[in-house]
Order: sequence, then C-alpha cells, then structure tokens
Amino acid sequence: MTTTTQSRKKSSKSTFSKETYLHWYELMLRIRRFEERALMMYGQEKIRGFCHVYIGQEAVAAGIESAIRREDAIVTAYRQHGIALGRGCTADECMAELFGKATGVVKGKGGSMHFFSAQHRYFGGNGIVGAQIPIGTGIAFAEKYKGTDNLCVTMFGDGAARQGALYESFNMAMAWKLPVLYIVENNGYAMGTSVQRTSNVTELYTLGESFDMPSEPVDGMNPESVHEAVSRAAEHIRAGKGPYFLEVRTYRYKGHSVSDPAKYRTKEEVESYKERDPIKITENNILQNKIATEEELKAIQVKIKKEIDDSVKFAENSPYPDPSELWTDNYTQEDYPFILD
Amino acid sequence: MSNRVLPLRDALREAIQEEMQRDETVFLMGEEVAEYDGAYKVSKGLLQEFGPKRVIDTPIAELGFAGIGVGAAMNGLRPIVEFMTWNFAVLAFDQIVNNAAKTLSQSAGQFRCPIVFRGPSGSAGQLAQQHSQMFESWMSNVPGLKVISCIDPADAKGLLKSAIRDNDPICFMESELMYAHTGEVPEGEYLVPIGKAVVRRAGSDVTLVTFNKMILPTLEAADLLAQEGISAEVIDLRTIRPLDHQTIVESVKKTNRIIVVDESWPFASVASEIAYEVQKYAFDYLDAPVTRVNSADTSLPYAPTLVEAYLPNAGKIVKAVKSVLYAKA
Ligand SMILES: Cc1ncc(C[n+]2csc(CCOP(=O)(O)OP(=O)(O)O)c2C)c(N)n1
Ligand SMILES: [Mg+2]
Repeated sequence: MTTTTQSRKKSSKSTFSKETYLHWYELMLRIRRFEERALMMYGQEKIRGFCHVYIGQEAVAAGIESAIRREDAIVTAYRQHGIALGRGCTADECMAELFGKATGVVKGKGGSMHFFSAQHRYFGGNGIVGAQIPIGTGIAFAEKYKGTDNLCVTMFGDGAARQGALYESFNMAMAWKLPVLYIVENNGYAMGTSVQRTSNVTELYTLGESFDMPSEPVDGMNPESVHEAVSRAAEHIRAGKGPYFLEVRTYRYKGHSVSDPAKYRTKEEVESYKERDPIKITENNILQNKIATEEELKAIQVKIKKEIDDSVKFAENSPYPDPSELWTDNYTQEDYPFILD
Repeated sequence: MSNRVLPLRDALREAIQEEMQRDETVFLMGEEVAEYDGAYKVSKGLLQEFGPKRVIDTPIAELGFAGIGVGAAMNGLRPIVEFMTWNFAVLAFDQIVNNAAKTLSQSAGQFRCPIVFRGPSGSAGQLAQQHSQMFESWMSNVPGLKVISCIDPADAKGLLKSAIRDNDPICFMESELMYAHTGEVPEGEYLVPIGKAVVRRAGSDVTLVTFNKMILPTLEAADLLAQEGISAEVIDLRTIRPLDHQTIVESVKKTNRIIVVDESWPFASVASEIAYEVQKYAFDYLDAPVTRVNSADTSLPYAPTLVEAYLPNAGKIVKAVKSVLYAKA
C-alpha cells in the first residue's frame, strides 16, 4: 500500500495528558488481547462462523474515542470487536457474544459481525460491505433533524469505498451539510484484493474531493495522529459545516478472517507494519517521555490479562439462548402472528 | 465418457472451463474470482488458463458489475457473474430484476440477455442474519428469470453448462456448505436440461420434495422412515423456475401425500407454490393436506441453539411425515 503521504507525527514532544496516553494504552491492549484470545477460542471451536479481528488497527479505535464524545454515534462494518470495546462494551459481554451466549452484547444473536449497544451509541457492525455508509449518514441526518450537537462516525474499509453507496451518501451529506465523519480504514486489502487492484484512484481520501468534502490522509498506526485528525474534523462538523472524510492508513496483521491464509502479501510487508505497531509506539512514547512508569504500564497489562481471562470464564459459564429466543426481536409487535408450520 | 468422483466446486469449475473453451464470448467476473481463485475456490486455475481478459476480479460493487454483465450480455457476450453469496446480490437486484429479466420484453425481442448470475444461497452455519438467506423464492417470483438451485456435483456441472448456453438470464444457486460435497461427475460434454426434477429415491407412502442442501436431511429422514416401514419418495427439484410440477404431481398421484422441505422462509416460498400446484392438479389424490417444512418465519441469529431451532432437519421432516400419515410420532 502507498505510504508516501503518511502524515506521521515525528515530534517526540507529547501533547496529550497522561490520562489520555494511559487510556489509549489500556484500550489498545484490551483490544489486542481480546482479539488474540478470540482467535484462540475460534481454534477450539468455541467461536464459530466468521471472525474478523482488529489486530494492527487498534490505534484507530483509540484515537477516535479520545477525540469524540460519548453521545456521538459510531457505526462500522463487521471488523468491529475493537470499536465496540472502544465504545465501552465490556470484554465479558463481547466474548460471550462471540461464544453465542445469552449474556452477550446482543444476547448471542449477532455473533462476531453484529455487536450493537444503544447505551453506548454504537449502531453496530454491518455485514454487508458498504451498507453502513448511508446508514451512518442517516444517523447523522437524525442528529441534525433533532437539533443536537452530536455527530456520527461512519467507518468502512477500503474495499467498501468502491460501493456506489459511498458516492450517493457523500453527495447527499455534502448537499445537506450533515454532521457525519466518514472514516475509511485503509488497511491495504479487501480480502485478497489490494487497493491498487480495485481502482486507478488509490489515494482514497481524494474521493471526497469531488464532492468538495474536506478530506485528508492520516497515519493510522498511532493514536496521536488519529486523535488530532478526528478532533479537527469534529470541530469542523460541530460548527455546522457538514461532513468530513479521513483516510486512516492502517494494516491488519492477520488474514481477512480466520479462514484466510493471506498469501496475497509478503511476510516483509507484514513485518514492516509490525515495526510500527501502535501499542509499541505508544508504549515507547510513554516511557521515553516519562509520561508514566514501567510499573504503571505493567499494572495495566496485569489488569487487562485478568479482564480477558475472566471474559472467557464468563462466556464459558453463560448459557446459550433458549430456542424460544428465535421468536423474539423479529417484530416490536408483541403478539405478531408468525407462520408456524 | 467416464465418471469421476468430484466435489461440487470442481464440477462447477469444469462446467465454466468447458464452456469458456467452447465459446469465446463466455467470461467470468466477480469478487476474488481471479487471483484468489474464488472465495470458495470454484474458479481455481481459470485465470491461468484464460487470462485476465476473461477471468476478471471486480471491486466490491455488486450493482455496478451486475449491470456491466447485463450490458455485455445485451451486446453479444455471455457473462457469468459470480456473487460471493446471494446475500450480496441483493445490492444488484435492480440490474437482475429491472434489467436482465426485462430486456427481452422491453425491447420486444430485439435484445436478449444471456447471462448467468451465480453463487451460494442459504444458511452456512452460524453466519447470522445477513449471511444466511435463501433467495430461490425471491428470484423465482420474477418472470424473465430462470432459477436453478442444486448441490449434486453432476447436476451442477450439467445444469451450469446448460445455463451458460441458455439465451435467457439465469440465477444459479449453490451452497457454501456443499462445495466439498462429492459425487460422480461425467467427464466432458454433459448437459442436464433446465426445468427437470429428478426422483432421488423411489417410494410409495409419501412424497418428499426438496432442493439444494435440504436434500441431505430429506434423504436422512427417508432412511429413518424406512426403518419404521414408511416408504418415502424423494424428489430433488434442481430447477425452481420453471417448476417441474409434472414430476411432483405424478409422484403425489402415487403416494397421495406430500411434504415440501424448503429452506426458504414460509411466506410465499417455493413450498407455497408447490402446494398450489399440487392442490390444483392432484386434488382428488390427496389423503392429507400438503405440508411444508420451512426455515422458521424469523431472521436467523448466530447462537447454535437458535440455528438448530430455525432450520429444517431430519427430525422435523419425520415429524411432518407422521402428521400426514396420521401416525403417532
Ligand atoms: C456487499 C458485500 N459484498 C461482498 C461481501 C463479502 N466480503 C466481506 S468482507 C469483504 C472485504 C471488505 O474489505 P474492506 O472493506 O477493505 O474491509 P476490511 O475487511 O479490510 O476491514 C468482502 C468482499 C460482503 N460482506 N458484502
Ligand atoms: Mg480493507
């Protein structure tokens, strides 16, 4: 993937509070350990179906969350465990969901691709590539309609950026000045297809320019740069100036899903990104700038390990949904007359 | 002509490969079909054999590439458009329903649309609401389209070859779970006619009609019933539209009872249509109501307990058979 226009922040001077750095560190570590454990549990067949993990992309979730408000909405695709954890869904309820248990964040009904949390203003993981682009635009439409100050972060992959839904949404969002922040997580690939093979426009942020939408590329391997760009965008949007588009350049270390051996890319490429690992970068940054001590980081590591261990126990010990749950949540009408034969 | 045992994916590939060798105008396009050999490896090796002009990776843009297929078909080519699954073909329904199906009528016969839209349909384990849907009854509702749905490798080869040669637009439905399902497949030229069902197992007490992967629990149910002395005739539709009601009606005239096992949702399903045909053309032969075993009238959630509750299975089929035989369960 193209790295020429990376706006990577080189300065060693830290501009964020200790609290922010530790928040990033903790969240990214929670996501990483959660995903590693999810893969392990998939191997043991405790988790079934599709499972797309977020390993490598943690800085995106971290940088977004620190830069927006809790009342803002987020919607994304199926690679979404990290986004849900960032919103504040617990490791317990997320792991239980992967196990298909009744205590899961959607009662075992959604699985890996479909976490939702109304409480955390999380409008879900969508399994249809690109479908959430107009949906996020509509969530933003409703915020404007209701006269709130909230925005909707609408996330999608580089592959989704080729769906017609993006162009229709961008156009209406600009025409109607909707409070939507579009973020494409450009991790270089849509399944086995590199960004270069899907279009002659490979600088994805330029897609916004034909709608006169403010658009920029962002280094997605560092929460600092993500935070700064999202803050800038959020300010613009909250000022009533309409949508904003960020191309966050990141990388997925694992295959597309559990079943993908990822033979379409080189080991060297994967290793080159691991050298820019967002958790390592943040850890080094914290220690070199003496933002926190090694002991403080260690304490976070211990806490996260326990949290993830506990989440597996919680998931293991939870019951599967009762078969009668099949008939709930299909209609809001309590006595809906289903066809029963 | 000899037979070999092949998995469904290889049988499908053989059909595409042979038709591409036979006819220069046939080409394959879809997501991951070329360099990745297909999400389910159906198109493995085709890029090497036919090159990027005829085996084309598309971006994720179902509406766009389905429409490009329609235009190419109107202008003399024979596209095979692969959808990674039929769930994603929903994005392309405008082109399939409003254009592929209508071209001949709108142009008063001047333009044909010989195109095959293919991919897996139906549930595939714990894939949850958006990735588990069956589209046979949806597409069969549309005049202008033909709909094929099968998992038997020989049928798949013979029907896909017929579909590629057909001059009308065809929706061809496979199954994610069945790509490794094996069967004997004839080598070389082998055509199965569109619109003909097949009797998979002869019987006299009850007719079980089904299609796609539901043939497996249906045959399993027939085995279980045989152990109890109940003889079930099993019909595999293979083509949904046009529906081979003759084969069904003939069987019902013999057995006087029919169960339709259909993974579609019950409302306006394939089973509903068959029930109409049977009550119309075999009314006097029926000893029990036409009965169906469909998926539940709900979305399909993720948890294994809910998947189990949702899908037809051998137990549910046996129970339905006993109800039409007025036998104790
Ligand atoms: C409409 C639609 N088409 C195809 C698919 C199958 N599919 C699932 S993920 C994916 C690749 C998407 O890549 P990208 O948008 O870059 O997201 P990433 O997986 O990299 O996070 C494809 C083709 C789908 N789920 N929905
Ligand atoms: Mg991607």
